[in-house]
Amino acid sequence: MKVKIKVNGKLFDKHIPNDMMLIDFLRKYGFYSVKRGCESSNCGLCTVWVDQKPVLSCSYPAARADGHEVTTLEGVLPEAEVFGRVMASMGAEQCGFCSPGFVMAVLALKREIPNPTEEQAREYLAGNLCRCSGYASQMKAVMQYLKEGYQ
Amino acid sequence: MNTVNQPIPKIDAQALTTGKGVYTDDLAPANCLIVKVLRSPHAFAKIKSIKTDAALKVNGIECVLTYADMPKIRYTLAGQSYPEPSPYDRYILEDIVRYVGDPVAIVAGRDERTVDKALKMIRVKYELLPPVIDFEQALDNPSVIHPEADYFNNFPIGGDVKRNLLASGGHSGGDLDAVFSSCDIVQEETYYTKANAQAMMETFRTYTYLDHNSRLTVVTSTQVPFHCRRQIARALGLPKSAVRVIKPRIGGGFGAKQTLVSEMFPAVVTMRTGRPAKIVYTRQETFAASNSRHQMRVTVKVGAMKDGTIRALDVYALSNAGAYGEHASTTVGLVGSKSIALYTPEAYRFHYDVVYTNTMAGGAFRGYGATQGCFAVESAINQLADRLGLDPAEIRLKNIPKQGAAMPAYLDGPLSSSRLDECIRRGMEMIGWKEKFGICRSDGKTARGVGMAITMQGSGIANIDTCAATIRLNDNGFYTLFIGATDMGTGCDTILAQMAAETLHCPMERITVDGVDTDHSPFDKGSYASGTTYLTGMAVVKACTELCEKIRRQGALKLGISLSQAAFDGDQVVSTLDPAQAIGLEPLAQQLVVGDGEWLQVTATHSSPVSPPPLMAGFADVEVDLGTGKVRVLDYAAVVDCGTVINPNLATVQAQGGIAQGIGMALYEDIQYNPQGKMLNDSFMQYKIPSRLDLPDIRVEFAPSYEPSGPFGAKSIGEVVINTPSPAIASAIFQATGVICRSLPATPEHILLGMAKKQGGAGA
Repeated sequence: MKVKIKVNGKLFDKHIPNDMMLIDFLRKYGFYSVKRGCESSNCGLCTVWVDQKPVLSCSYPAARADGHEVTTLEGVLPEAEVFGRVMASMGAEQCGFCSPGFVMAVLALKREIPNPTEEQAREYLAGNLCRCSGYASQMKAVMQYLKEGYQ
Repeated sequence: MNTVNQPIPKIDAQALTTGKGVYTDDLAPANCLIVKVLRSPHAFAKIKSIKTDAALKVNGIECVLTYADMPKIRYTLAGQSYPEPSPYDRYILEDIVRYVGDPVAIVAGRDERTVDKALKMIRVKYELLPPVIDFEQALDNPSVIHPEADYFNNFPIGGDVKRNLLASGGHSGGDLDAVFSSCDIVQEETYYTKANAQAMMETFRTYTYLDHNSRLTVVTSTQVPFHCRRQIARALGLPKSAVRVIKPRIGGGFGAKQTLVSEMFPAVVTMRTGRPAKIVYTRQETFAASNSRHQMRVTVKVGAMKDGTIRALDVYALSNAGAYGEHASTTVGLVGSKSIALYTPEAYRFHYDVVYTNTMAGGAFRGYGATQGCFAVESAINQLADRLGLDPAEIRLKNIPKQGAAMPAYLDGPLSSSRLDECIRRGMEMIGWKEKFGICRSDGKTARGVGMAITMQGSGIANIDTCAATIRLNDNGFYTLFIGATDMGTGCDTILAQMAAETLHCPMERITVDGVDTDHSPFDKGSYASGTTYLTGMAVVKACTELCEKIRRQGALKLGISLSQAAFDGDQVVSTLDPAQAIGLEPLAQQLVVGDGEWLQVTATHSSPVSPPPLMAGFADVEVDLGTGKVRVLDYAAVVDCGTVINPNLATVQAQGGIAQGIGMALYEDIQYNPQGKMLNDSFMQYKIPSRLDLPDIRVEFAPSYEPSGPFGAKSIGEVVINTPSPAIASAIFQATGVICRSLPATPEHILLGMAKKQGGAGA
């Protein structure tokens, strides 16, 4: 089938297999930040935005994104770099494989819930698994970043 | 110190947090053949026939390979130094399958869709054999899992493969029977730990190609590039010189990638077709067709006096190797050596058996047997304290070895550095031990309890692990640090650069780190056994120290002064008699590559006759829902003695991450099989790892001793941190509910049934 998907502001007018998932579409066109960690929608690694809302691209048919705007980490870089530096200052990224999906979820949280409590932030980010960090440094980074962002 | 002991961000942080394509699958060329594996649906069977003709006819299929196409060379997938203590019990493909998931055929084609189609068209006829699923039934079972004639070990490891016995052994000291008979109390308990999945976020993946010299290049997510090179060459029957292994960024390993898992399949395809090939494991394959922590049964007999003096310890472990023997004979050794040695008994014994079963092979997982031993022995000591009416923390303080003490049960040296007593005391303060221990804290709906445990690990494998580092002064006055150690997210590239910068008296920015490529990296056994900071770190210090000397010598030559008069301060070589006589590092480096110069590069190698243990005390404060049995860890406080902390941020996160995995092991993680040997929980849906809703803000502090044999006084941190949660949490649950958890994980069902039984209620 034919789809028109805008990724990070650039239009991709492509023929795709009907059952192609958004993650495979994005990686095919070079958006390597998008990572697959499972095939059961449990890990959050493949989080991207469709029309500014986070979705799991491993279980989101590319066809559904037809006519919509997709944002990957590559598309929010200046903002992501700021949060990335906060994470790195705490050593929270570790292997980094879950970072892209996690960063997309954090930036979505920032848009969706102004000044969240730590409990709200934990709830919002619960679907983003990390096996390295034990989450404490990640949550510290999130709260510090959001606090600084609202000052 | 300027860079060591500083919370410096990881040098690759920017790339990782901004999603740069730096991992194996991001780097694979687009024209790679896609490789997938047809796997056995049976736990134990002989392949009677495989029909591949229909699969081969699928448009876009390049090859379909079966056991008939494979070299008949036994090898092990264990990433260990040669001669490996793991049996050579595998072929790449074989006409016998030994667990559900064992490879049957390798298919390569144009794309995933094509390969999936071909996989469905392969027809296999199996002759089913009775599988051995329960490891307690494996020894002398009529089903012999490895009947093959060419099975072999590099050296005796106490196995008798016709009995399904892979390995056995042990060691002891003192007159055990005599000491037991003179103890006030002798307690014997048996504990069970389960197979756990390492569950790193990046699944196994590898791509391969032939370079312009027809050498096989293997780019793979591995912890052990040099062992990979050796094993791939062996298994494929290639000369070692024909294989090159490259490790890019790795998305976590935790030991899983200390075994070769995905490497052979694309390698064999590339050798067969001459074309680049790639395999990316699914999460299901990563759960069900790789390796896990070894499942164990551990019996602990402890003899003590009424005052809490521990006088004798007798530990027996039965370990489930699964279908293949990677790391099986070695993990079990740590069960005893790293648990008994935390005490100072007059007599001890540790012995073990390791058996084959028709379940997925065990392998390396952070803690490597010490974790299983810690649960059993620490739980036993907690139970002993309860029986004697003593405080478990005080019983530790009374019995732990002091710095400098011999540790007979630990075969890798005396306790050269320790502040374990301070770890325990500080941990007690952090958790509020004195206020909380032994106090009933229940509101009728929930009950709370605290529990604790201590642990140790090693720092590298004494007399075996060898690690080298190369430091080079480049022509612009910056350095390249070449390492064979594998940063898998732990930050070893960064901490090794910190040590280099400290030794070379320069800022971090002046050092670039290169690794790993077996064609140009110095040999390193790889990142495992908690060896990188301690061993590779020392190699870095040695190499950089020698390079400083070389720079000083060259500077003196250029300045025309005597060597004794020349000093190198990191920025320039200067005369100690006349500060005006100086040459900057950059002009010096530049001059060294013009005309009659010398390219300055030093390689140093390090190994150690000892493996100094990092030590730790962990304290859990848990809440049990009395209606459901659900446990929440409300607080976890840990104090670690890893010697000098090279990078406080990275060490803290290592500890928090390890404790989180330990909490998962304590409460959730349990690989289960159905009676036919099919893994029941091979997805994140079914195999729960802790999410951020399940964990408290894990609190970590350090009580650093100074390890004289380590770089800047450092020991290791990577593994010790996973061990304490399961015994500490089990003890806290006991205190809250009176229910003893001798089998992990401590599930709500077990706790609820245990409480019902205590009250004499129904359902017990």
